[in-house]
Amino acid sequence: MSILIKNVTVNNQQCDIAIKGNRVEKIAKNIGGKYDEVIDGDKLTALPAFIDMHTHLREPGYEYKEDIESGSRAAVAGGFSTVCCMPNTKPVTDNKYIVKYIVDRAKEVNLAKVYPIGAITVGLKGEMMAEMGKMKEAGAIAMSDDGQPVSTAQMMRLALEYAKDYDLLLCSHCEEKSLINEGVVNEGENATKAGLKGIPSAAEDIMIARDIILAEMLDTKVHICHVSTASGVQLIREAKARGVKVSCETCPHYIAGTDELILDYNTFSKVNPPMRTEKDRQAILAGLADGTIDVIATDHAPHSLEDKNVEYNYAANGISGLESAFALSYTYLVDKGVITLDKLVELMSKRPAELLGLEAGKLEEGGLADITLVDLNKKYAIDAKSFKSKGKNTPFDGWTVKGKVVKTIVEGQIKY
Amino acid sequence: MKRDFLTMADTPIELIESLLERADFMKQKIASGNKSLDILKGKSMVTLFYENSTRTRCSFEDAGKYLGAKVVSISPSGSSVKKGESLIDTAVTLDKMMTDVIVIRHSIAGAPAIIAKHTKASVVNGGDGMHAHPTQALLDMYTMRERFGQIKGLEVAIIGDVKHSRVAQSNMVGLSKMGAKVKVFAPNTLLPKGIENQPCKVCKNVEEAFKGSDVIMGLRIQLERQQKGLFPSIEEYNHFYGVSMERMAMANKGAIVMHPGPANRGIEVDCDVLDSEMCLKDEQVTNGVATRMALLEWVTGSRG
Repeated sequence: MSILIKNVTVNNQQCDIAIKGNRVEKIAKNIGGKYDEVIDGDKLTALPAFIDMHTHLREPGYEYKEDIESGSRAAVAGGFSTVCCMPNTKPVTDNKYIVKYIVDRAKEVNLAKVYPIGAITVGLKGEMMAEMGKMKEAGAIAMSDDGQPVSTAQMMRLALEYAKDYDLLLCSHCEEKSLINEGVVNEGENATKAGLKGIPSAAEDIMIARDIILAEMLDTKVHICHVSTASGVQLIREAKARGVKVSCETCPHYIAGTDELILDYNTFSKVNPPMRTEKDRQAILAGLADGTIDVIATDHAPHSLEDKNVEYNYAANGISGLESAFALSYTYLVDKGVITLDKLVELMSKRPAELLGLEAGKLEEGGLADITLVDLNKKYAIDAKSFKSKGKNTPFDGWTVKGKVVKTIVEGQIKY
Repeated sequence: MKRDFLTMADTPIELIESLLERADFMKQKIASGNKSLDILKGKSMVTLFYENSTRTRCSFEDAGKYLGAKVVSISPSGSSVKKGESLIDTAVTLDKMMTDVIVIRHSIAGAPAIIAKHTKASVVNGGDGMHAHPTQALLDMYTMRERFGQIKGLEVAIIGDVKHSRVAQSNMVGLSKMGAKVKVFAPNTLLPKGIENQPCKVCKNVEEAFKGSDVIMGLRIQLERQQKGLFPSIEEYNHFYGVSMERMAMANKGAIVMHPGPANRGIEVDCDVLDSEMCLKDEQVTNGVATRMALLEWVTGSRG
C-alpha cells in the first residue's frame, strides 16, 4: 500500500509525504506519481505518531473496563501508534504466557502497536521477582509493578540489579504506602475543605528519592512513573544533574488539572497519584520545559461507570486519557507558550521511543511511517461520550481545547 | 427548585438568621407540651444513616414527627452497601417512592452531594465524613445566640480533634459567617492541612485558646486515634488539651462549655465541668430538635 499526503505541514514547511509499505519514501514539495491513497493535508500538521509508555488496556481480566481492541482503537484515535500496557491485569502479566497472549491479541486487532510491560514481582506483591528475562523474550518491553509500589528497598534493589542484565527499563510507581493512610486526594487545603482524606506529596517523593539512590548506587537506569509533585520534579532534576540514569514521565492530568477538581466530588477526578496544587502543576510545567521530565505518558486508566458512580472513597482511581492527551498537552503547553511543538513531539514521541529502544518517534525519509496528522487550530470541547475507549471517565469532559487528531497512520496503514 | 441543606459554606447568612429565629417558635412549641404541629402533614421523610448515630437520628426523626411528617428510618449496613445496592440506586429508589426529604449521614464526604444530584427530594446532610455537619452548627449557633443574644462578636474556641471533625468544620464556616471569631486548639497531628487558610485562628497554647473566649467547644476524641499513634496517650491529651475548671477560669466571665456529644467524660472535658452549669450540652440536645424542625419546614418549602 502506498499513501501520498499532499500539502501537509512538516517542520513548519508545507510539503508532501510519500509512504510506501511501512516506510516514509520521501518528504518533498510536489511529489508526483501514483499512490493508492491520497490525503489532503492542507491545514494539517504531520507529527511522528505518539508513543504511550503507560497505558492500561485491562485485558485479560477486566474487559468490562477496556479490552485490547477498544484500547487500541482509543490509542489510534488519540494519535498514538504505539502503547505500552501495564501488567495489572487479571491474572497479572507476570509471566511469558500472558505477555504472549497480549502480543498475539494485539496483532489480531491490528490497530496500534502494543507492547506489554511485565510485572517486576509475582502478582505485583513486591515479594518475589517475576521472570523478567522470559517475559522480555516473549515481547515485554519494560517492567513495572504499576498500581503498586515495590514496597521494600531490598526487593527494588535486587530487581534493578537483575534487570540490568537484560537491559530492561524498570518503571517505578512511587508510593510510600504507610503515608497514604487511606488518603484519596491530595493532602492540603482542598482536601480539608472537601473533608476527604489526603495523600501527602511526601508519599511520592520518598519513593522517588529511594529509587534515585538505588539507581545511583547500582549505576543503572530507572524510570519514574507519573510524577505529580513539585518536590518530585526537583529530586529528579538534582539527580540528573549529578548524572544519575533516571528518567521520568508526567501525565496530561497533572499538566491541565489541580485538586480544585475534587471539590464537587466528581469521582472522575480521583486518580493516583492525585492531582496536586497549582504550585505543583507549575513545577511540572517547568520540569517539562527544562528537560527534567522526559516523557508525557497518559496513564490511561479506563473504568466502567459502575466503578466510578459511587462514594468518593469507594471509586476506582484513574482517568481515561488516550483520547484527550494530545489536545490537553497542546493546549496547556504549546498554545500557552510553555514549550514549542517540537518539544511536545519530543515528549510524546521521540523520548519514549529512545527510552524503550523503539525505532520510531521520528518523521524522516526512510523511517517508519508512524504518522499523526493534527489540526492545530481546531478548537473544540472534549466529548467523553465520543471516546472509542470503553472508559468515559475523564474530569476534562466538556473542557475547551485546541489541537485535534485527524488521522493516524501506523507503519503505512491508515488506522484512524 | 428543590431545597437542599448540605453545607454551611453554601448557606446564606439570611437563611441562617431566619432559621435561628424560627427555631425560637419551634422551641416554644416543644416546651408547651403540644408537639403535634401539622406543618409537614402529608409529607414524608427518610433518615438514611450509613453511619451509626443515636442522637442525630432521633433528633431528626422527632423533629419530623413533631411537625406531622411520616418518618421512615433506614440503616443500610456497611457491608451490604459495598456489595449490594449503590448509594445512587438507593437514593433513586427512595426518590421514586415520592419521599419529600432524605436526611443522610455517611462516613464518606460528598455522599449527600451525590444523592442531591440524583434526586428530586430535598436532601439534608446529617453529617458526611470529615466534611460537614451543618445542622450541628445550626443548633450550636442557636444555643450561643440563646445565651448571649447574638453571635456577632463572640469568641469561640474549638478544642480537640479538629482534623477529623465535621462539627468543627461546619461551625468554623458558619460562625465566622455570622461574625464570631473562631479559634482552634489541638495537637498538630489533629489539625488538618491548610487550616491556616480556614476561617479560624490556630492557637499555640492553652492561654491563647481560653483567654477571651465566650464559648469553649470540646470535640469528641475517637479513642482509635490514639491507637493509630496520633497522640501518645489519653492522659497526655487531657493534660495538655482537656477542658478543666482551672482553664475555664481564664475564659471570659459567663463563658459556656459546649460539646456535640457524646462526650468522653474526663478526657476532652473534665467531669466537673461537664456537670456544671456552664456546660450546655443538654440544652444543645433540645435545641437540636427545635432547629431541625425549623430546617425541615424550610427545605420542604412550607414557609417563605
